[in-house]
Formats: sequence, C-alpha cells, structure tokens
Amino acid sequence: MALKSLTLSKFQITWLVVLRVAVGWHFLYEGLVKVLNPNWSSIGYLLDSKGFLAPFFYSLTANPTILSIADFMNQWGLVLIGLGLILGAFTKIAAYSGMLLLAFYYLSHPPFTGITFAMPTEGNYFLVDKVFIEFCALAVVTVFPTGNNIGLDRFFKKNKNY
Amino acid sequence: MEDQNKSNQKKDKKNISRRDVLKSLATVPVVGAVAYGALKKKQYDHYLNSKIAEELGMSYSEPENKPAKMGGKEIRIGIIGYGIRGKQLTQGLGFVHPSKVDSWKEGAMNNKDDKRYSNFIAQDDLNVRITAVCDIFDTYGTMAQEMAANVNREGNGGKMADLPKRFLNHKDLIASPDVDAVIIAAPDHWHGPMTIEAAKAGKHVYCEKPLTWTVEETYEVRKAVKENNVVFQLGHQGRQTDSYNKAKEAIEKGVLGPVNLIEVTTNRNSPNGAWVYPIHKDANQNTIDWEQFIGQAPWHDFNLERFFRWRCWWDYSTGLSGDLLTHEYDAINQIMNIGIPDSAMSTGGIYYYKDGRTVPDVLTTVFEFPERDLSMIYSATLSSEMSRGKRVMGHDAYMELGNTITIFPDSRSTRYADKINEEIINPSQPIYSYIPGKKNVDAITSATESYFANRGLLYTYRGGKRVDTTHLHLKEWIDCIRSGEETSCNIDQGFEEAITAHMGTLAYHHKKQIFWDAENEKIIV
Repeated sequence: MALKSLTLSKFQITWLVVLRVAVGWHFLYEGLVKVLNPNWSSIGYLLDSKGFLAPFFYSLTANPTILSIADFMNQWGLVLIGLGLILGAFTKIAAYSGMLLLAFYYLSHPPFTGITFAMPTEGNYFLVDKVFIEFCALAVVTVFPTGNNIGLDRFFKKNKNY
Repeated sequence: MEDQNKSNQKKDKKNISRRDVLKSLATVPVVGAVAYGALKKKQYDHYLNSKIAEELGMSYSEPENKPAKMGGKEIRIGIIGYGIRGKQLTQGLGFVHPSKVDSWKEGAMNNKDDKRYSNFIAQDDLNVRITAVCDIFDTYGTMAQEMAANVNREGNGGKMADLPKRFLNHKDLIASPDVDAVIIAAPDHWHGPMTIEAAKAGKHVYCEKPLTWTVEETYEVRKAVKENNVVFQLGHQGRQTDSYNKAKEAIEKGVLGPVNLIEVTTNRNSPNGAWVYPIHKDANQNTIDWEQFIGQAPWHDFNLERFFRWRCWWDYSTGLSGDLLTHEYDAINQIMNIGIPDSAMSTGGIYYYKDGRTVPDVLTTVFEFPERDLSMIYSATLSSEMSRGKRVMGHDAYMELGNTITIFPDSRSTRYADKINEEIINPSQPIYSYIPGKKNVDAITSATESYFANRGLLYTYRGGKRVDTTHLHLKEWIDCIRSGEETSCNIDQGFEEAITAHMGTLAYHHKKQIFWDAENEKIIV
C-alpha cells in the first residue's frame, strides 16, 4: 500500500507540478475573492443554468438554507481544493473534489449549440470549454499525483512509511 | 560539528532529509502570492466602493416589509367590475375564485417552480371581507360572488363562507350599508362617475387608472373626494416598486446633476398587449346589461368586441395616453414631483392593428416643464417588444430605470470630473446599481450581476419575500383607511395624472400643442 514516487524525468515532473499549481492558483483565487466579498452569492449563476439539469440547479435556489450551503461549499470548497493542489497536500482528494465542482459548473452551463447564457463568453465553445479543459487537467493530476514528489504529500508519505 | 552530525543522524532516523523538507514545502510561497493578490483586489474594490459611496451619499439598504395594520374591525369591501383587472385586484386583497386555486395547485404539482399558489398563500392577510360584488356580465357576477365567498383561499369543494350579495347596479352597491369601501375596476368611462358616487356616499375608494375619462369630471372627482374626506388610492401599483424609491433618493441627492430630458416608453407586441382580449363564450345580449355598459358613452348597438375590448375605442377608453403613459408618467411624478406639464404635443396613428379600433397603436407625446427646465418624451408602440425602459438624463449621470436601477456617470460630468481623472470613477461602469433580491446594494456591481439582473433573473423582494406590487398598493390603501394617513397615489397625484394624460390625448386629436394654465387650472386647447 506504500505510495511510490513517480519515476519521471525532471522536466516531466516540473511541468506536472506547474499544471497542478496553476489549477490550484485558479481555484484558490476564485475561492478567496468569493470569501472576501460578503455580498457574494451563487444565486445568479444558478438561476442562469441551462440544459437538462437546469431544474435541479434552480431548485437549489428555492430554499435559503440550501442556497447558503451551496454558497459555503463554493467559497470554502474552492479555497480548500486550491490549497490542496498548490501545497500538494491530499492531492488526489483535492483533484477529485475539484473535478466534482467543475462537473457541476459544466452541467449547469453546458456549451451546447443553441444555448446562450446571461454572461457572454470571450470565445466560442462547443462541448469543450475552459471548464472542461480544467477538468481534464485535474484528471491528469489524479493519475500523476506529484504531491509525492513536490508537496506536503511527500512529507506525509515519509512519516507513514517510517 | 558534532551537533550537526547528531542532527543529521536524527533526520536520518526519521528518514527526512533537508531535501525532503524543501521538496515538501516548495510550493508554499505560491499560497502567499495568491492570498496577496486576493487581498489587494478586496482592498481596491473596497477603496473604489467607499470613495464612490461617499461621493454619492446614497443608501444601500432594501426597504423592509411593513406588517399590515391588522387592527380594528374587518373592513367591508365592494368590488365593481370583475374583469381582467378586477380579478387581479381581488387576488391582491387575498381572494380568488376556487377554480383559480385548483389550477394553481395543479400548476405547482406539474412544475415545482410554479410558485403562484405558495406566493398567494404567503400574502399578508389584510383583515378585509368582500361583502358586495357588481358586474354587468352575469358569468363574471356569479364568479365574483364565489371568489368573495372563498375566505379560506381554498379550491373547489373547500369550505366557503356565505355568498355575498351581487348587485346589478353599482349605485345600489355603493349605497349598501354593508360596504365601507369600494374597488373600481370598470372601464375608463365609468371611473369618474363611480368615484364621485362613492365619495359622496362616504365610501373609501381604490380606483383603477386613469382617474377620469373626460377633463371636466377630473375636477368633480377631486372635489368629491376632498369634500367627503374619503381615503382614495389611484391604481398605479408602481408606487410600491423598490427601485422607484431608490431613484427618488438619487434625484434628491443630486446624483444625476441637472436633468433636462426624460424618455419613457411602452413596448408591447401581442394581441393581448394591444387589448384584443378573448370574448367569453357565455356573453350575449341576455347575459350583459348593455345599457349600463354604455353609460355616458355615445350610443352604439350591442357589440361583444366593444364590451370585452373596450380599450380599443375612444368611446370608453383613454387610449395609450390614459392606459399606459399614465404608468410611466406616475413613476416619474413619484420620483421627481414634476406635476402637470406646461404643454403637450402628440403624434401617432393606427399603424398595425387595423381592426376597426379608434385609438392609436403608435403614439409619441412630448411634455414640456419649463419651470423645471425639463422635457419628457413618451413613445409607445404596440407592435414591437424592443424594450427601452425609462431613461433619466442628467448632466452628471444618467439613470436607466425599471425593476432595477443603473446609474452611469457622464464622461463630461462636472461633478465627477475629479473622480474620473483620478480613475476612481470609470465612465463606462455604473456608479450605482440597485438590483432587488441581491444580498446588498453596492456602488460597484460586477458585470455578471448586471447581466443576470437585466435578464430578469433576480426578483423583486421585500424583507426577503417575493411580493406583488398590486398587493402592496392595496395594502397601503387599507392601512390608510385604518390609520387615516395619506395614500401614496392620492387624489392630488391622481388629478395631475389625469390632466397630463388628457393633455396628451387632446394634442393627438387636435394635432396641435395643448397648454396648461396653472393659475386658473384650465387646459387651453
């Protein structure tokens, strides 16, 4: 059950770590900006949901308690996932959680032909959008958990082994 | 040297080298960088917010939901007219026909987002009862009785109170000792005579807009309401719209600077919006009291279109001016106290609905308020939904007004010149936005929020509850009957509304500018 360090070249590891930290940076910044804004709420985003899961996302806004849970999960979920990815701590858990959040974002605002959203996008997307690519990036992070090389996971692993 | 060896040994014991520590913690500084960035952003936003807020001096809170004044005895209400608007008004009072409750319940079962039933149930109890109804179409008269008896807000088969009396004539309803107050939702040409009759009988009045159908009766209505000291409310429910109160504050605080031009509009594009309402299958000469419908209007033989679509004929209607301009005018009068204009000029025509109507479907009216250095343009079409909203143009900023408010600084503003130079104010960004239902009001609203609001994704709330402005407007009237306070759309506001609308209509008919002699209170044609 011992976690093995990856046997990759330095370049390979470097760029995998850069990828992990970059996604983490994005998550942490998004999270902190929301946490630091007392007026932030996910209600507008949820109400703008389109596609086959839209009724589910609308239903989250109907109940103030559920909405505040959704707000809390978004704010602190983003912060914790961001910290995990940057620090390489519980990298796999962080990456999987990040993928789950991104899946929600993707499904609430799917880039399908014929669907337009209140927020204009700066590019053109069909099925693959930035959320999807970030999702793929996190999938790479889960199969190359570089936290064991550069990150706190290395420290946890050592302690565990000893 | 010995110490170092010892510590190395210790590290080795734990199998953690300096290299391990470095590799474990290599990315920690990144967290600091991100946190620094987020804090900087917060500080910057806060700096801009507070600088702009300080400059504007606007309040940022949402109005509270005042509980209804339930005290005292039940107020007994008579309803005159149970057509489209009459049904909406009794709903605002807390009464709907059982079949409506059933259809709402069914709607809610099929669609969880259908909140019509729960919103209605959540509406404040106003401690009123509908004790008398009057409609000259038998089917509506009977329905009105059933609606009034539905005191428990239930569906068909629910527990009903006794049916109230249905009067065949509004005069008898007004004279009834069981009626304290009346709601008038009859066609325009009946507003004046019914209000006068009710006021003279000492009954409080809620009357649909516009106040009157002719100029002459406008003076008589005002006199009757004032002399008899009844509580009068004109049915401009926009008086209860949160954003208008915020707009008023912006005007009072001079946020816009000198305002010289206002543009208000109507844009509709459906048969219903153009007053081509459905004709009821039970309607015929035997079920409708046609003579009463005609009243003071010129005689015309029985005609179902005229009965159900009366807004299309000058014989009973006040056209775009009385029907829709009045809402726009009253909103601006509420915000800026503009009063009656010095002059009005109108043009327009029947350009789309060539269905035999006599009122225009396209109309432009320009009102002049020279004492206020102000022009107001109203432009309306019933064949395009290109929504233009209300625009108040000031030297320092302009305001776009609807359910939301957005105030943009003018890049050539005098007042904000310094702040624009210092880049605290960005002329392409709003300096004030009010979006009902948002957690709080901010000087700076993100682009995202504005987009959501403009698409109508955020609702009108009061005290965190979605509210119907018609309900609030009726509630204010009932509260004033109990407390003796003045209503927001009282008879003086109503007088200004009616005279202004009549000036617009007269200008259209006479194809010339119409003036108001303020000293003698006379319209000069």
